[in-house]
Amino acid sequence: MFSFCSDPETLGTVGWFSCYLTTGVHFSFYISFFKVLLLLAITAPVALSFGFLGAMAARSHFAPLRWLGKFYIAIVRGIPDIAFFMFFVIALDQGFEWVRHKVLCPDWDQPIRQGADFLVCSSAKLPLGSSPEWIHQTYGFFLAVITFAIVFGAFAANVLYGGMRAVPHPQLETAEAYGMSRRQTFWRVLVPQMWVYALPGLSNLWMVLIKATPLLFLLGVEDIVYWARELGGTKTPKFTAYPHGDWRMWYFLFLLVFYLGFTRISEIVLERLMVRFTHGQATTGGEKQRKAGGAIT
Amino acid sequence: MKKLIIGAAALALSASMAMAETVRMGTEGAYPPYNFINDAGEIDGFEREVGDELCKRAGLTCEWVKNDWDSIIPNLVSSNYDTIIAGMSITDERDKVIDFTQDYYPPTASAYVGVSDDVDLMNGMIAAQTATIQAAHVAESGAMLVEFATPEETLAAVRNGEADAVLADRDYLVPLVEDSAGALMFVGDPVPLGGGVGMGLRESDTELRDKFDAAITSMKADGSLNELLKKWFGEDTATY
Repeated sequence: MFSFCSDPETLGTVGWFSCYLTTGVHFSFYISFFKVLLLLAITAPVALSFGFLGAMAARSHFAPLRWLGKFYIAIVRGIPDIAFFMFFVIALDQGFEWVRHKVLCPDWDQPIRQGADFLVCSSAKLPLGSSPEWIHQTYGFFLAVITFAIVFGAFAANVLYGGMRAVPHPQLETAEAYGMSRRQTFWRVLVPQMWVYALPGLSNLWMVLIKATPLLFLLGVEDIVYWARELGGTKTPKFTAYPHGDWRMWYFLFLLVFYLGFTRISEIVLERLMVRFTHGQATTGGEKQRKAGGAIT
Repeated sequence: MKKLIIGAAALALSASMAMAETVRMGTEGAYPPYNFINDAGEIDGFEREVGDELCKRAGLTCEWVKNDWDSIIPNLVSSNYDTIIAGMSITDERDKVIDFTQDYYPPTASAYVGVSDDVDLMNGMIAAQTATIQAAHVAESGAMLVEFATPEETLAAVRNGEADAVLADRDYLVPLVEDSAGALMFVGDPVPLGGGVGMGLRESDTELRDKFDAAITSMKADGSLNELLKKWFGEDTATY
Protein backbone atom coordinates (compact mmCIF):
# COMPACT_ATOMS: atom_id res chain seq x y z
CA MET A 1 0.00 0.00 0.00
CA PHE A 2 2.71 2.48 0.95
CA SER A 3 5.47 3.25 -1.54
CA PHE A 4 8.23 2.05 0.79
CA CYS A 5 6.64 -1.41 0.94
CA SER A 6 8.20 -2.65 -2.27
CA ASP A 7 11.02 -4.38 -0.41
CA PRO A 8 9.79 -5.40 3.07
CA GLU A 9 13.01 -7.23 4.00
CA THR A 10 14.88 -3.96 4.42
CA LEU A 11 12.36 -2.36 6.75
CA GLY A 12 12.50 -1.85 10.49
CA THR A 13 9.84 -3.28 12.78
CA VAL A 14 7.42 -0.38 12.59
CA GLY A 15 7.72 -0.05 8.83
CA TRP A 16 7.42 -3.79 8.37
CA PHE A 17 4.23 -3.96 10.39
CA SER A 18 2.70 -0.93 8.71
CA CYS A 19 3.25 -2.70 5.39
CA TYR A 20 2.25 -6.12 6.66
CA LEU A 21 -1.01 -4.91 8.15
CA THR A 22 -2.04 -3.12 4.97
CA THR A 23 -1.63 -5.95 2.47
CA GLY A 24 -4.62 -6.82 0.29
CA VAL A 25 -5.24 -9.97 2.23
CA HIS A 26 -5.41 -8.00 5.48
CA PHE A 27 -8.07 -5.78 3.99
CA SER A 28 -10.13 -8.91 3.38
CA PHE A 29 -9.71 -9.55 7.09
CA TYR A 30 -10.87 -6.03 8.01
CA ILE A 31 -13.83 -6.26 5.66
CA SER A 32 -14.88 -9.49 7.30
CA PHE A 33 -15.44 -7.53 10.54
CA PHE A 34 -18.01 -5.44 8.71
CA LYS A 35 -19.55 -8.64 7.37
CA VAL A 36 -20.04 -9.88 10.89
CA LEU A 37 -21.47 -6.56 12.09
CA LEU A 38 -23.77 -6.39 9.07
CA LEU A 39 -24.95 -9.92 9.73
CA LEU A 40 -25.80 -8.98 13.32
CA ALA A 41 -27.49 -5.75 12.25
CA ILE A 42 -29.75 -7.58 9.82
CA THR A 43 -30.26 -10.79 11.73
CA ALA A 44 -31.23 -9.28 15.08
CA PRO A 45 -34.37 -7.44 13.91
CA VAL A 46 -35.38 -10.25 11.56
CA ALA A 47 -34.96 -12.85 14.30
CA LEU A 48 -36.90 -10.64 16.68
CA SER A 49 -39.80 -10.38 14.26
CA PHE A 50 -39.68 -14.15 13.69
CA GLY A 51 -39.79 -14.51 17.44
CA PHE A 52 -42.68 -12.09 17.76
CA LEU A 53 -44.69 -13.93 15.13
CA GLY A 54 -43.81 -17.25 16.74
CA ALA A 55 -44.90 -16.05 20.16
CA MET A 56 -48.12 -14.58 18.78
CA ALA A 57 -48.83 -17.86 17.01
CA ALA A 58 -48.01 -19.90 20.10
CA ARG A 59 -50.58 -18.04 22.22
CA SER A 60 -53.18 -17.81 19.48
CA HIS A 61 -56.74 -18.93 20.21
CA PHE A 62 -56.89 -20.59 16.81
CA ALA A 63 -55.60 -24.12 17.46
CA PRO A 64 -53.72 -24.91 14.19
CA LEU A 65 -51.87 -21.61 14.41
CA ARG A 66 -51.00 -22.35 18.02
CA TRP A 67 -49.69 -25.79 17.06
CA LEU A 68 -47.64 -24.27 14.29
CA GLY A 69 -46.06 -21.74 16.67
CA LYS A 70 -45.29 -24.36 19.28
CA PHE A 71 -43.99 -26.77 16.66
CA TYR A 72 -41.61 -24.14 15.30
CA ILE A 73 -40.28 -23.31 18.76
CA ALA A 74 -39.91 -26.94 19.81
CA ILE A 75 -38.26 -28.19 16.62
CA VAL A 76 -35.71 -25.44 16.17
CA ARG A 77 -34.83 -25.25 19.85
CA GLY A 78 -34.38 -28.99 19.96
CA ILE A 79 -31.98 -29.39 17.04
CA PRO A 80 -28.28 -28.62 17.61
CA ASP A 81 -27.33 -25.38 15.85
CA ILE A 82 -24.51 -27.00 13.96
CA ALA A 83 -26.76 -29.73 12.53
CA PHE A 84 -29.27 -27.08 11.57
CA PHE A 85 -26.57 -25.07 9.82
CA MET A 86 -25.22 -28.08 7.96
CA PHE A 87 -28.52 -29.50 6.84
CA PHE A 88 -30.98 -26.65 6.59
CA VAL A 89 -28.92 -24.33 4.41
CA ILE A 90 -28.19 -27.00 1.82
CA ALA A 91 -31.84 -28.03 1.84
CA LEU A 92 -32.98 -24.41 1.52
CA ASP A 93 -30.59 -23.74 -1.36
CA GLN A 94 -31.60 -26.92 -3.18
CA GLY A 95 -35.26 -26.17 -2.48
CA PHE A 96 -34.97 -22.75 -4.17
CA GLU A 97 -33.17 -24.29 -7.12
CA TRP A 98 -35.71 -27.09 -7.41
CA VAL A 99 -38.61 -24.64 -7.55
CA ARG A 100 -36.86 -22.48 -10.14
CA HIS A 101 -36.01 -25.59 -12.10
CA LYS A 102 -39.66 -26.66 -12.21
CA VAL A 103 -40.76 -23.21 -13.32
CA LEU A 104 -37.98 -22.28 -15.72
CA CYS A 105 -37.13 -25.59 -17.34
CA PRO A 106 -40.35 -27.57 -17.85
CA ASP A 107 -38.84 -29.52 -20.78
CA TRP A 108 -36.04 -31.00 -18.74
CA ASP A 109 -36.54 -34.76 -18.67
CA GLN A 110 -33.43 -35.87 -16.78
CA PRO A 111 -33.56 -36.79 -13.11
CA ILE A 112 -32.39 -34.02 -10.81
CA ARG A 113 -30.55 -36.46 -8.62
CA GLN A 114 -28.05 -38.63 -10.46
CA GLY A 115 -26.22 -40.64 -7.89
CA ALA A 116 -24.69 -38.07 -5.58
CA ASP A 117 -25.04 -35.22 -8.05
CA PHE A 118 -27.74 -32.57 -7.66
CA LEU A 119 -28.42 -31.26 -11.15
CA VAL A 120 -30.77 -28.52 -12.22
CA CYS A 121 -30.73 -26.76 -15.57
CA SER A 122 -28.21 -23.94 -15.64
CA SER A 123 -30.82 -21.17 -15.83
CA ALA A 124 -32.29 -22.45 -12.56
CA LYS A 125 -28.99 -22.23 -10.71
CA LEU A 126 -29.02 -19.80 -7.86
CA PRO A 127 -27.09 -17.62 -8.32
CA LEU A 128 -26.49 -18.19 -12.03
CA GLY A 129 -23.21 -19.94 -12.74
CA SER A 130 -22.15 -16.98 -14.86
CA SER A 131 -22.69 -14.31 -12.21
CA PRO A 132 -19.62 -12.74 -10.61
CA GLU A 133 -18.21 -14.01 -7.35
CA TRP A 134 -19.60 -11.20 -5.21
CA ILE A 135 -23.14 -12.24 -6.08
CA HIS A 136 -22.36 -15.76 -4.92
CA GLN A 137 -20.95 -14.28 -1.73
CA THR A 138 -24.01 -12.11 -1.16
CA TYR A 139 -26.31 -15.03 -1.80
CA GLY A 140 -24.40 -17.13 0.73
CA PHE A 141 -24.62 -14.25 3.15
CA PHE A 142 -28.39 -14.02 2.85
CA LEU A 143 -28.78 -17.76 3.29
CA ALA A 144 -26.83 -17.26 6.48
CA VAL A 145 -29.09 -14.41 7.60
CA ILE A 146 -32.20 -16.52 7.01
CA THR A 147 -30.75 -19.47 8.88
CA PHE A 148 -29.58 -17.39 11.83
CA ALA A 149 -32.95 -15.62 11.92
CA ILE A 150 -34.89 -18.89 12.00
CA VAL A 151 -32.70 -20.42 14.70
CA PHE A 152 -32.59 -17.35 16.93
CA GLY A 153 -36.20 -16.51 16.11
CA ALA A 154 -37.30 -19.73 17.80
CA PHE A 155 -35.42 -18.87 20.98
CA ALA A 156 -36.72 -15.29 20.85
CA ALA A 157 -40.25 -16.65 20.39
CA ASN A 158 -39.93 -18.65 23.57
CA VAL A 159 -38.57 -15.67 25.48
CA LEU A 160 -41.32 -13.35 24.21
CA TYR A 161 -43.95 -16.01 24.91
CA GLY A 162 -42.71 -16.13 28.49
CA GLY A 163 -42.63 -12.31 28.64
CA MET A 164 -46.22 -12.11 27.47
CA ARG A 165 -47.33 -14.59 30.09
CA ALA A 166 -45.46 -12.74 32.81
CA VAL A 167 -47.53 -9.57 32.41
CA PRO A 168 -49.83 -9.54 35.47
CA HIS A 169 -53.23 -10.90 34.56
CA PRO A 170 -55.21 -8.17 36.35
CA GLN A 171 -53.77 -5.70 33.82
CA LEU A 172 -55.45 -7.59 31.00
CA GLU A 173 -58.67 -7.99 32.95
CA THR A 174 -58.75 -4.27 33.62
CA ALA A 175 -58.26 -3.57 29.93
CA GLU A 176 -61.16 -5.85 29.12
CA ALA A 177 -63.28 -4.18 31.80
CA TYR A 178 -62.65 -0.89 30.01
CA GLY A 179 -64.18 -2.47 26.93
CA MET A 180 -61.04 -3.02 24.89
CA SER A 181 -61.18 -5.72 22.26
CA ARG A 182 -58.76 -8.63 22.39
CA ARG A 183 -56.61 -6.99 19.71
CA GLN A 184 -56.53 -3.67 21.55
CA THR A 185 -55.63 -5.38 24.80
CA PHE A 186 -52.77 -7.15 23.07
CA TRP A 187 -51.23 -4.12 21.39
CA ARG A 188 -51.99 -1.42 23.99
CA VAL A 189 -51.57 -3.25 27.26
CA LEU A 190 -49.76 -6.53 26.82
CA VAL A 191 -47.01 -5.66 24.31
CA PRO A 192 -45.77 -2.43 25.96
CA GLN A 193 -45.50 -4.20 29.30
CA MET A 194 -43.96 -7.49 28.23
CA TRP A 195 -40.58 -6.05 27.14
CA VAL A 196 -39.40 -5.56 30.68
CA TYR A 197 -39.94 -9.27 31.32
CA ALA A 198 -38.52 -10.37 27.98
CA LEU A 199 -35.43 -8.17 27.91
CA PRO A 200 -33.15 -10.23 30.17
CA GLY A 201 -33.80 -13.29 28.01
CA LEU A 202 -33.43 -11.33 24.79
CA SER A 203 -30.16 -9.77 25.90
CA ASN A 204 -28.89 -13.25 26.61
CA LEU A 205 -29.84 -14.27 23.09
CA TRP A 206 -28.08 -11.26 21.63
CA MET A 207 -24.87 -12.25 23.41
CA VAL A 208 -25.17 -15.82 22.13
CA LEU A 209 -25.84 -14.50 18.63
CA ILE A 210 -22.68 -12.41 18.70
CA LYS A 211 -20.67 -15.42 19.70
CA ALA A 212 -22.37 -17.66 17.15
CA THR A 213 -21.16 -15.60 14.19
CA PRO A 214 -18.10 -17.84 13.58
CA LEU A 215 -20.63 -20.44 12.40
CA LEU A 216 -20.73 -18.28 9.28
CA PHE A 217 -17.74 -20.08 7.89
CA LEU A 218 -19.75 -23.30 7.80
CA LEU A 219 -21.92 -21.53 5.27
CA GLY A 220 -19.01 -20.53 3.07
CA VAL A 221 -18.92 -16.92 4.23
CA GLU A 222 -15.36 -15.92 5.03
CA ASP A 223 -15.73 -14.48 8.48
CA ILE A 224 -13.16 -13.10 10.92
CA VAL A 225 -12.26 -16.48 12.37
CA TYR A 226 -11.50 -17.89 8.93
CA TRP A 227 -9.22 -14.98 8.12
CA ALA A 228 -7.52 -15.05 11.51
CA ARG A 229 -6.70 -18.71 10.96
CA GLU A 230 -5.56 -18.10 7.40
CA LEU A 231 -3.44 -15.01 8.18
CA GLY A 232 -2.00 -16.36 11.39
CA GLY A 233 -0.76 -19.57 9.78
CA THR A 234 2.94 -20.05 9.12
CA LYS A 235 4.11 -18.15 6.06
CA THR A 236 7.30 -19.18 4.32
CA PRO A 237 9.40 -16.66 2.36
CA LYS A 238 8.76 -18.52 -0.87
CA PHE A 239 5.12 -17.54 -1.08
CA THR A 240 4.90 -14.16 0.61
CA ALA A 241 6.91 -11.01 1.06
CA TYR A 242 6.04 -11.09 4.77
CA PRO A 243 7.16 -14.45 6.17
CA HIS A 244 6.36 -15.23 9.79
CA GLY A 245 5.87 -18.18 12.09
CA ASP A 246 2.66 -19.46 13.59
CA TRP A 247 0.95 -16.22 14.67
CA ARG A 248 -2.51 -17.61 15.07
CA MET A 249 -2.39 -16.96 18.80
CA TRP A 250 -2.02 -13.21 18.25
CA TYR A 251 -4.78 -13.07 15.69
CA PHE A 252 -7.11 -15.01 17.95
CA LEU A 253 -6.13 -12.78 20.86
CA PHE A 254 -7.22 -9.84 18.76
CA LEU A 255 -10.55 -11.57 18.07
CA LEU A 256 -10.94 -12.20 21.77
CA VAL A 257 -10.50 -8.50 22.48
CA PHE A 258 -12.95 -7.66 19.69
CA TYR A 259 -15.62 -10.01 20.97
CA LEU A 260 -15.13 -8.94 24.59
CA GLY A 261 -15.30 -5.27 23.66
CA PHE A 262 -18.37 -5.83 21.55
CA THR A 263 -20.25 -7.76 24.23
CA ARG A 264 -19.28 -5.12 26.80
CA ILE A 265 -20.74 -2.33 24.66
CA SER A 266 -23.84 -4.46 24.17
CA GLU A 267 -24.19 -4.89 27.91
CA ILE A 268 -24.07 -1.15 28.50
CA VAL A 269 -26.67 -0.46 25.81
CA LEU A 270 -28.96 -3.20 27.08
CA GLU A 271 -28.64 -1.86 30.62
CA ARG A 272 -29.88 1.54 29.46
CA LEU A 273 -32.69 -0.09 27.53
CA MET A 274 -33.74 -1.95 30.65
CA VAL A 275 -33.94 1.30 32.63
CA ARG A 276 -36.14 2.77 29.94
CA PHE A 277 -38.47 -0.21 29.76
CA THR A 278 -38.77 -0.37 33.54
CA HIS A 279 -40.11 3.19 33.66
CA GLY A 280 -43.68 3.27 34.91
CA GLN A 281 -43.97 -0.50 35.21
CA ALA A 282 -45.69 -2.28 38.06
CA THR A 283 -42.50 -4.12 38.97
CA THR A 284 -40.06 -3.68 41.85
CA GLY A 285 -37.67 -1.93 39.46
CA GLY A 286 -40.39 0.43 38.29
CA GLU A 287 -41.40 1.12 41.89
CA LYS A 288 -37.83 2.00 42.78
CA GLN A 289 -37.63 4.42 39.86
CA ARG A 290 -40.90 6.04 40.92
CA LYS A 291 -39.63 6.61 44.47
CA ALA A 292 -36.33 7.99 43.19
CA GLY A 293 -38.16 10.65 41.25
CA GLY A 294 -39.23 8.81 38.14
CA ALA A 295 -36.83 10.47 35.75
CA ILE A 296 -35.60 8.45 32.81
CA THR A 297 -31.86 8.39 32.93
CA MET B 1 -28.14 -47.97 -20.75
CA LYS B 2 -27.13 -45.93 -17.75
CA LYS B 3 -24.15 -44.57 -19.64
CA LEU B 4 -26.51 -43.54 -22.41
CA ILE B 5 -28.68 -41.59 -19.99
CA ILE B 6 -25.71 -39.87 -18.43
CA GLY B 7 -24.37 -39.07 -21.87
CA ALA B 8 -27.68 -37.56 -22.88
CA ALA B 9 -27.82 -35.58 -19.68
CA ALA B 10 -24.35 -34.24 -20.30
CA LEU B 11 -25.38 -33.28 -23.80
CA ALA B 12 -28.46 -31.48 -22.57
CA LEU B 13 -26.41 -29.84 -19.85
CA SER B 14 -23.72 -28.69 -22.24
CA ALA B 15 -26.36 -27.38 -24.64
CA SER B 16 -27.75 -25.18 -21.92
CA MET B 17 -24.27 -24.30 -20.78
CA ALA B 18 -23.46 -22.75 -24.13
CA MET B 19 -25.15 -19.60 -22.90
CA ALA B 20 -23.18 -19.52 -19.68
CA GLU B 21 -19.67 -20.82 -20.21
CA THR B 22 -18.38 -19.74 -16.82
CA VAL B 23 -16.67 -22.57 -15.00
CA ARG B 24 -16.28 -22.18 -11.28
CA MET B 25 -13.03 -23.65 -9.98
CA GLY B 26 -13.10 -24.77 -6.38
CA THR B 27 -9.88 -24.80 -4.36
CA GLU B 28 -8.78 -24.72 -0.74
CA GLY B 29 -6.32 -21.82 -0.73
CA ALA B 30 -4.29 -23.20 2.16
CA TYR B 31 -1.84 -25.64 0.60
CA PRO B 32 1.21 -23.94 -0.87
CA PRO B 33 2.71 -24.37 -3.41
CA TYR B 34 -0.41 -25.98 -4.91
CA ASN B 35 -2.81 -23.25 -3.91
CA PHE B 36 -2.67 -20.44 -1.38
CA ILE B 37 -3.78 -16.87 -0.76
CA ASN B 38 -1.11 -14.37 -1.71
CA ASP B 39 -0.39 -11.01 -0.10
CA ALA B 40 -2.94 -9.31 -2.32
CA GLY B 41 -5.67 -11.66 -1.11
CA GLU B 42 -5.94 -13.59 -4.39
CA ILE B 43 -5.69 -17.30 -4.99
CA ASP B 44 -2.20 -18.05 -6.22
CA GLY B 45 0.08 -21.04 -6.71
CA PHE B 46 0.84 -23.85 -9.11
CA GLU B 47 -2.80 -24.78 -9.58
CA ARG B 48 -3.87 -21.20 -10.17
CA GLU B 49 -1.45 -20.93 -13.09
CA VAL B 50 -2.26 -24.39 -14.45
CA GLY B 51 -5.99 -23.78 -14.07
CA ASP B 52 -5.92 -20.42 -15.82
CA GLU B 53 -3.88 -21.88 -18.68
CA LEU B 54 -6.23 -24.86 -18.99
CA CYS B 55 -9.25 -22.58 -19.13
CA LYS B 56 -7.57 -20.49 -21.80
CA ARG B 57 -6.84 -23.55 -23.91
CA ALA B 58 -10.32 -24.98 -23.44
CA GLY B 59 -11.91 -21.62 -24.26
CA LEU B 60 -13.67 -21.28 -20.92
CA THR B 61 -14.12 -18.33 -18.59
CA CYS B 62 -13.06 -19.42 -15.15
CA GLU B 63 -13.90 -18.03 -11.77
CA TRP B 64 -12.02 -19.10 -8.64
CA VAL B 65 -13.85 -20.12 -5.50
CA LYS B 66 -12.48 -20.96 -2.07
CA ASN B 67 -13.93 -23.81 -0.07
CA ASP B 68 -13.00 -25.73 3.06
CA TRP B 69 -11.21 -29.01 2.36
CA ASP B 70 -13.69 -30.90 4.54
CA SER B 71 -16.68 -30.06 2.39
CA ILE B 72 -14.96 -29.68 -0.95
CA ILE B 73 -16.51 -32.82 -2.50
CA PRO B 74 -20.08 -32.34 -1.17
CA ASN B 75 -20.13 -28.78 -2.51
CA LEU B 76 -18.99 -30.00 -5.92
CA VAL B 77 -21.72 -32.60 -6.26
CA SER B 78 -24.37 -30.12 -5.13
CA SER B 79 -23.16 -27.82 -7.94
CA ASN B 80 -21.82 -24.89 -5.92
CA TYR B 81 -18.83 -24.96 -8.27
CA ASP B 82 -17.89 -27.10 -11.24
CA THR B 83 -14.37 -28.38 -10.63
CA ILE B 84 -12.06 -29.20 -7.76
CA ILE B 85 -8.49 -28.15 -8.37
CA ALA B 86 -6.94 -28.42 -4.95
CA GLY B 87 -4.00 -30.82 -4.99
CA MET B 88 -6.43 -33.71 -4.82
CA SER B 89 -4.85 -37.09 -5.48
CA ILE B 90 -6.76 -39.48 -7.66
CA THR B 91 -7.91 -42.42 -5.56
CA ASP B 92 -10.42 -45.21 -6.16
CA GLU B 93 -12.42 -44.11 -3.15
CA ARG B 94 -12.93 -40.57 -4.43
CA ASP B 95 -13.46 -41.84 -7.95
CA LYS B 96 -16.63 -43.54 -6.80
CA VAL B 97 -18.19 -40.18 -5.92
CA ILE B 98 -16.67 -37.82 -8.47
CA ASP B 99 -14.76 -38.05 -11.74
CA PHE B 100 -11.15 -37.09 -12.32
CA THR B 101 -9.29 -35.73 -15.32
CA GLN B 102 -5.91 -37.25 -16.09
CA ASP B 103 -3.24 -36.18 -13.65
CA TYR B 104 -1.55 -32.82 -14.10
CA TYR B 105 0.93 -33.60 -11.36
CA PRO B 106 2.73 -36.98 -11.32
CA PRO B 107 2.08 -39.38 -8.42
CA THR B 108 3.38 -37.57 -5.37
CA ALA B 109 5.70 -38.66 -2.65
CA SER B 110 4.43 -38.00 0.82
CA ALA B 111 6.87 -37.54 3.65
CA TYR B 112 7.04 -37.55 7.42
CA VAL B 113 8.29 -34.47 9.24
CA GLY B 114 9.13 -34.40 12.92
CA VAL B 115 11.18 -32.39 15.40
CA SER B 116 13.78 -35.13 15.95
CA ASP B 117 15.22 -38.11 14.12
CA ASP B 118 14.13 -40.82 16.52
CA VAL B 119 10.39 -40.80 15.87
CA ASP B 120 8.70 -44.20 15.84
CA LEU B 121 6.67 -43.88 12.65
CA MET B 122 4.97 -47.23 13.08
CA ASN B 123 3.65 -46.78 16.63
CA GLY B 124 3.92 -43.06 17.32
CA MET B 125 1.33 -40.30 17.13
CA ILE B 126 1.09 -39.07 13.53
CA ALA B 127 -0.81 -35.96 12.42
CA ALA B 128 -2.51 -35.66 9.02
CA GLN B 129 -5.20 -33.55 7.41
CA THR B 130 -8.71 -35.00 7.53
CA ALA B 131 -9.89 -36.93 4.48
CA THR B 132 -6.53 -37.06 2.76
CA ILE B 133 -4.65 -40.05 1.38
CA GLN B 134 -2.05 -39.41 4.06
CA ALA B 135 -4.64 -39.81 6.82
CA ALA B 136 -5.78 -43.07 5.26
CA HIS B 137 -2.18 -44.27 5.05
CA VAL B 138 -1.46 -43.50 8.71
CA ALA B 139 -4.62 -45.28 9.77
CA GLU B 140 -3.52 -48.38 7.85
CA SER B 141 0.07 -48.26 9.07
CA GLY B 142 -1.01 -48.93 12.65
CA ALA B 143 0.30 -45.65 14.04
CA MET B 144 -1.97 -43.43 16.11
CA LEU B 145 -3.67 -40.92 13.82
CA VAL B 146 -4.61 -37.39 14.86
CA GLU B 147 -6.59 -35.53 12.22
CA PHE B 148 -6.85 -31.78 11.66
CA ALA B 149 -9.02 -29.71 9.36
CA THR B 150 -6.18 -27.67 7.85
CA PRO B 151 -2.59 -28.54 6.92
CA GLU B 152 -1.39 -25.65 9.10
CA GLU B 153 -2.80 -27.31 12.20
CA THR B 154 -1.10 -30.64 11.49
CA LEU B 155 2.27 -28.92 11.54
CA ALA B 156 1.44 -26.89 14.63
CA ALA B 157 0.63 -30.17 16.39
CA VAL B 158 4.14 -31.43 15.64
CA ARG B 159 5.74 -28.18 16.76
CA ASN B 160 4.00 -28.16 20.12
CA GLY B 161 4.56 -31.86 20.74
CA GLU B 162 0.97 -33.01 20.39
CA ALA B 163 2.04 -35.33 17.58
CA ASP B 164 5.40 -37.00 16.93
CA ALA B 165 5.35 -36.41 13.19
CA VAL B 166 3.15 -35.20 10.36
CA LEU B 167 2.52 -37.02 7.10
CA ALA B 168 1.78 -34.72 4.16
CA ASP B 169 2.72 -34.10 0.54
CA ARG B 170 6.48 -33.63 0.37
CA ASP B 171 6.09 -30.51 -1.73
CA TYR B 172 4.00 -28.84 0.93
CA LEU B 173 6.55 -29.68 3.61
CA VAL B 174 9.78 -28.74 1.80
CA PRO B 175 9.49 -24.92 2.12
CA LEU B 176 8.38 -25.22 5.72
CA VAL B 177 11.30 -27.45 6.69
CA GLU B 178 13.76 -25.18 4.86
CA ASP B 179 12.39 -22.16 6.67
CA SER B 180 12.38 -23.71 10.14
CA ALA B 181 16.16 -23.33 10.70
CA GLY B 182 16.60 -26.93 11.78
CA ALA B 183 13.60 -27.12 14.10
CA LEU B 184 11.79 -29.44 11.69
CA MET B 185 13.27 -32.30 9.71
CA PHE B 186 12.25 -35.08 7.38
CA VAL B 187 12.07 -38.44 9.11
CA GLY B 188 12.08 -41.85 7.50
CA ASP B 189 11.70 -42.49 3.79
CA PRO B 190 9.25 -40.76 1.46
CA VAL B 191 6.06 -42.75 0.91
CA PRO B 192 4.69 -42.94 -2.63
CA LEU B 193 0.93 -42.44 -2.37
CA GLY B 194 -2.00 -41.87 -4.71
CA GLY B 195 -2.31 -41.87 -8.47
CA GLY B 196 -1.20 -38.33 -9.18
CA VAL B 197 -3.13 -35.11 -8.77
CA GLY B 198 -6.08 -34.48 -11.06
CA MET B 199 -9.03 -32.14 -11.36
CA GLY B 200 -12.25 -33.39 -9.81
CA LEU B 201 -15.55 -33.00 -11.65
CA ARG B 202 -19.11 -34.19 -11.23
CA GLU B 203 -19.65 -37.63 -12.74
CA SER B 204 -22.37 -36.22 -14.98
CA ASP B 205 -20.09 -33.51 -16.40
CA THR B 206 -18.32 -35.72 -18.95
CA GLU B 207 -18.06 -33.04 -21.59
CA LEU B 208 -16.32 -30.58 -19.29
CA ARG B 209 -13.99 -33.35 -18.18
CA ASP B 210 -13.08 -34.14 -21.79
CA LYS B 211 -12.32 -30.48 -22.45
CA PHE B 212 -9.96 -30.25 -19.49
CA ASP B 213 -8.43 -33.61 -20.37
CA ALA B 214 -7.64 -32.36 -23.84
CA ALA B 215 -6.18 -29.14 -22.43
CA ILE B 216 -3.97 -31.07 -20.00
CA THR B 217 -2.79 -33.32 -22.84
CA SER B 218 -1.82 -30.28 -24.89
CA MET B 219 0.02 -28.73 -21.94
CA LYS B 220 1.91 -31.96 -21.42
CA ALA B 221 2.74 -32.19 -25.12
CA ASP B 222 4.29 -28.73 -25.50
CA GLY B 223 6.17 -28.83 -22.23
CA SER B 224 4.40 -25.86 -20.64
CA LEU B 225 3.19 -28.04 -17.78
CA ASN B 226 6.76 -29.13 -17.04
CA GLU B 227 7.83 -25.49 -16.93
CA LEU B 228 5.19 -24.69 -14.33
CA LEU B 229 6.10 -27.79 -12.33
CA LYS B 230 9.73 -26.67 -12.24
CA LYS B 231 8.77 -23.11 -11.41
CA TRP B 232 6.71 -24.08 -8.36
CA PHE B 233 8.31 -27.30 -7.16
CA GLY B 234 11.97 -26.81 -8.02
CA GLU B 235 14.27 -28.10 -10.72
CA ASP B 236 14.43 -31.72 -9.61
CA THR B 237 10.72 -32.36 -9.28
CA ALA B 238 9.15 -35.20 -11.26
CA THR B 239 8.00 -34.06 -14.70
CA TYR B 240 6.20 -35.59 -17.66
